[in-house]
Amino acid sequence: MSNDVVLEVKNLVKHFPITSRGVLTKKQVGVVHAVDGVSFSVRRGETFGLVGESGCGKTTTARTILSLDVPTSGEIFFDGQEVSSVFKSKDKAAILKLRRKMQYVFQNPYASLDPRMTVSDIIMEPLLIHGHVSKDKWQDRLYELLRLVGLEEYHAERYPHEFSGGQRQRICIARALAVEPELLIADEPVASLDVSVRAQILNLLQELQQKFKITYLYISHDLSTVRHICHRIAVMYLGKFVEIADTNDLFESPLHPYTQALLSSIPVPDPDAKIGRIMLPGEVPSPINPPAGCRFEPRCIFNKEHKCVHEAPELLDVGNGHFVACGSIPRR
Amino acid sequence: MTKELLEIDNLKTYFYTWAGVVKAVDGVSLRVKEGETLGLVGESGSGKSVTALSTLRIVPRPGKIVGGSILYRGESLLEKEESEMQKFRGKEVSYVFQDPSTSLNPVFTIASQLVEVIQRHQNVTKQGALEKAIELLKLVEIPDPDVKIWNYPHQLSGGMKQRIAVARALSCQPSLLLADEPTTALDVTIQAQILDLLKNLKQKLGMAMILITHDMGVVAGVADRITVLYAGRVCESASTRTIFQNPLHPYTRALLEAVPSLALKRDKLKVIPGAIPNLIELPSGCRFNPRCEFAKKGVCTMEMPDLEEIEPEHYVACVRAREIEAESPFRGLSQ
Repeated sequence: MSNDVVLEVKNLVKHFPITSRGVLTKKQVGVVHAVDGVSFSVRRGETFGLVGESGCGKTTTARTILSLDVPTSGEIFFDGQEVSSVFKSKDKAAILKLRRKMQYVFQNPYASLDPRMTVSDIIMEPLLIHGHVSKDKWQDRLYELLRLVGLEEYHAERYPHEFSGGQRQRICIARALAVEPELLIADEPVASLDVSVRAQILNLLQELQQKFKITYLYISHDLSTVRHICHRIAVMYLGKFVEIADTNDLFESPLHPYTQALLSSIPVPDPDAKIGRIMLPGEVPSPINPPAGCRFEPRCIFNKEHKCVHEAPELLDVGNGHFVACGSIPRR
Repeated sequence: MTKELLEIDNLKTYFYTWAGVVKAVDGVSLRVKEGETLGLVGESGSGKSVTALSTLRIVPRPGKIVGGSILYRGESLLEKEESEMQKFRGKEVSYVFQDPSTSLNPVFTIASQLVEVIQRHQNVTKQGALEKAIELLKLVEIPDPDVKIWNYPHQLSGGMKQRIAVARALSCQPSLLLADEPTTALDVTIQAQILDLLKNLKQKLGMAMILITHDMGVVAGVADRITVLYAGRVCESASTRTIFQNPLHPYTRALLEAVPSLALKRDKLKVIPGAIPNLIELPSGCRFNPRCEFAKKGVCTMEMPDLEEIEPEHYVACVRAREIEAESPFRGLSQ
């Protein structure tokens, strides 16, 4: 793994407006702070994990990177090139060129495949749109992609409903790979699959990464799969990052109280495991009116300080590429 | 030794669809003792929910219980009149569903949903029932119960809704609680809260519980015994510790090895090839044989293995269980 940065996100913000009812009287009454100032960088060839509970803004972060949702503010650099200005421009050729480099695998393979298209239509559509493969080679490319994800040639003429969940996810991966992307955003790719099939897809993702040196942005709430597949992990809470660290670092010495609680609440498949479970009081506050200071402050079990209530902590480097956003950490 | 509370023997529940007969549950046998927690583990389509629904005889159409027996405290549930079953459901055995946002009625307040259950089974006034309902909310640790009880389900978060669903299930002090994936729809930190709550309540009230889940991690911490289902059949049934330390059925073992573990970091996950079989055209012989690494041609494809007591209290449905036992890599692990 090199230190070559593929994706850099600086201070990304995405707010969704809330409007009052009515057509003529419609006006904005508030905003959902889905993503609120997130910065990180992903190195070439690594798997960067984005972890958090539902509603914390993981998916929104990923979608804004691809401009599937237009970011409210912030900068996104891909290969050193500012991305959101390209997506905002009307230059279709430039947009396509960027889209080819970044692809997305969605969470639910039952919803992300068009039921009326055959597998060959689905996988060849990117070839049609991007036109990076000459037409006489399409068939070969299709079969190559199918074999790559562990499907057979005869599957090409079938429709999505004829496949199981795991196979559908393979089709989704083949479709994403059709354009030879550099970055693949995998948004909970195994969450809707059965346990016995999950391992197949996780192994496939790892094999593909070794073969093509693809960079993954892997989004999940399942910490055990994240530990298995990711090199570095960012933990998100209510629209902000609370901790970024190497996988082993994060699991062995989590610093942020939220990360600690999150790790301790994973059920361990071992009846004799002695785990000091940290029970978080209460639930995640609403992202419409997030706490003014540290977002985790109302549920925090650390010795809270006065400033936690008023001052949002910044991500601070505590050494070894380990970043934590907690007001009471540097002094411990 | 404590008494058997629930005995299910050779239960068969089939769904008669236009495409054919779906054998969702095809000869499941299990036992729950008084005060015990049984973990019912399996993937989707393994028949865990249908087994639980059959226990209360609330299998949706076109499903039908076509064979077997269900004994509750020695009384056959399948022979009861429907009117008797209505008195039985919720009072003796109650059910917590997977998704609290669909199992609570959105147009009634929490109060009316709880009072309804209490008044149905107990002879109390409305005021008395309401007081009981508030007590129940306190029991499931809901803050400000006297305010929250007048809320509608949409005003509460997922974790709170599941607490309400648990409170409703507990309202008549059942002896057995069927919890069908009670935490699957929830986040990990909330899942930990609910599992803790269930564990504490079980101890406090001394009831038995069947915890249905697909997550081996969830049952490890909560269940006393585990029954593993695959494609409508029981593969293995033993104490929680035995299942984790000496699993003998190839499916149980594969299931444990396929899950990425936090403690053990491996480069490559062990894969169970293929997918869960279609329940209309099941493979001949053992249902796991097309995916099993131990399968022997001519043996495993010929006949369906029955549950056999390999060790005391350790039941396995596999013809090769004894051979597998000899070479088990789990022996001595995590001891």
